[in-house]
Amino acid sequence: MAKRIDVSGLTAYYGSHKAIEDISMTVEPRSVTAFIGPSGCGKSTFLRTLNRMHEVTPGGRVEGKVLLDDEDLYGNGIDPVSVRREVGMVFQRPNPFPTMSIFDNVAAGLRLNGSYRKSELSDIVEKSLKGANLWNEVKDRLNKPGSGLSGGQQQRLCIARAIAVEPKVLLMDEPCSALDPISTLAIEDLIGELKERFTIVIVTHNMQQAARVSDRTAFFNLSAVGQPGRLIEIDDTERIFSNPSVQATEDYISGRFG
Amino acid sequence: MDISTQNTEAPPPGPQPTAVDRKRAARSASRPGDRIFLGLSRGAGILLLVIMAAIAVFLTYRASLAISKDHGNFLTTFEWNTNIDPPVFGVAVLAFGTIVSSIIAMVLAVPVAVAIALFITHYAPRRIGGTVAYVIDLLAAVPSIVYGLWGALILVPHMNGLFGWLNDYLGWTGVFSWNDGPPRSMLTVGILLAIMILPIITNVSREVFRQVPQMHEEAALALGATRWEVIRMSVLPFGRSGVISASMLGLGRALGETMAVATVLSPDFLIHASLLNAGGGTFAQNIASKFSEATQFGRDALIASGLVLFVITLLVNGAARLIIARRAEYSGANA
Repeated sequence: MAKRIDVSGLTAYYGSHKAIEDISMTVEPRSVTAFIGPSGCGKSTFLRTLNRMHEVTPGGRVEGKVLLDDEDLYGNGIDPVSVRREVGMVFQRPNPFPTMSIFDNVAAGLRLNGSYRKSELSDIVEKSLKGANLWNEVKDRLNKPGSGLSGGQQQRLCIARAIAVEPKVLLMDEPCSALDPISTLAIEDLIGELKERFTIVIVTHNMQQAARVSDRTAFFNLSAVGQPGRLIEIDDTERIFSNPSVQATEDYISGRFG
Repeated sequence: MDISTQNTEAPPPGPQPTAVDRKRAARSASRPGDRIFLGLSRGAGILLLVIMAAIAVFLTYRASLAISKDHGNFLTTFEWNTNIDPPVFGVAVLAFGTIVSSIIAMVLAVPVAVAIALFITHYAPRRIGGTVAYVIDLLAAVPSIVYGLWGALILVPHMNGLFGWLNDYLGWTGVFSWNDGPPRSMLTVGILLAIMILPIITNVSREVFRQVPQMHEEAALALGATRWEVIRMSVLPFGRSGVISASMLGLGRALGETMAVATVLSPDFLIHASLLNAGGGTFAQNIASKFSEATQFGRDALIASGLVLFVITLLVNGAARLIIARRAEYSGANA
């Protein structure tokens, strides 16, 4: 179910501006990989190239290869829509559909992919909400609007919505940066459970969070403002935080800059 | 418990206010800019209410003068004879014509306007979208008498083909049967009104669709939605109340449109089942064509019909607000 991501020589542009340059890495299935680095270093841009969301931005374009197991996401004739059905995404700010109920939010992706019987749909919605540790809090008000939940609950609702369609990979773009510490803890615990089933990539500004949740950590940096972001190194999280092989990583982690 | 009385009984603990504090408090209480602006905005609000009330009072008073002498039923009579004694007049035909022509206009204009707005905001390349938006804006600036002349001189002569076709295939319904008369009918008026209200509905819808937060659209995209599915899941639900408001603005114009209708329609005082046969009338058209030659009493009667139009417009707006309010819990504004 979970798949390996294999990126080679990936460069992404906004119009003529090169945002990230020549990034190569491998992300193992059923693991959590964290992207850290200073603001503007391109880690979010890179994340968005992994489900072809980058090209939604006007002028967004990508060179290089992203293999999901053996399939090139940027190959000829690959439909970005079908890529996004395989690679789910959770955003920085919780974004449940405001006009939909909690149930419909979780079922939204399923309804795109085909027709389900009502009982099937309820089963998957329940399973997904349980998977996102939200079921007990919302089971009595599935027909209420999702926008009535707290920020942390909304984010878990978005996670339930993303995992309902059984993606191969789950991308998370600073999923806790808009949440309070307790909600953050709930999401972090959830990430630990979800990695049994999915390949997870998470962008975070919080280095403690990277250290807590991830198996591997990738450090991104840019040499100067306006220069493209680059991958400095990727290694086991423990090693990155104790004994990184590049000086810049150590400087960043120990707070000497950035 | 009232805070101010509490304060007078027991002085607040902590350091006493200094001279600077007192000065600052005095200054903020009487900042002249605030007071002027408060007065201006409050005055504008009150003025608006006064004007509305004055219009209602004027209409009601003059209307009551006429209606009290009406020997027909003011709501159901198919006649408008204010110069005979006793006078007989009623608004049934006008209400029917006004509502039917406006419904035709809405049915034709709203889907097209929403489609154009979606095209401009979500499909067209930026430059083409801008050009289309500009042309639509120009359409809104055309005076209604020009629409009326265009309708009478260009649109009416070209309606024969459409009317014949409708009569051939849908004539059996009665609604689309045609007596081969001049096509100066409710359908032609409805089509003309549709063109006239298209710009306002398009422009307001466009602004609403443009304001759909990026994150809602990305939520749909990330689930693997196609462009149309993004529109269906994020854009249309978010813009729903805005589109209703836009339609109400358009409807308001359609209900009250005068010159264009008066120029195109060939009026009579009958309700025609067919939308294709010439005849019928609308409130505004009837007032415009009769007002200049009406007696004092005739004018009061016309004002009475204007009062009915006023009430219909209020009801329509109220209904629209109800529709919007009922779904407020789910509105995009909560996000």
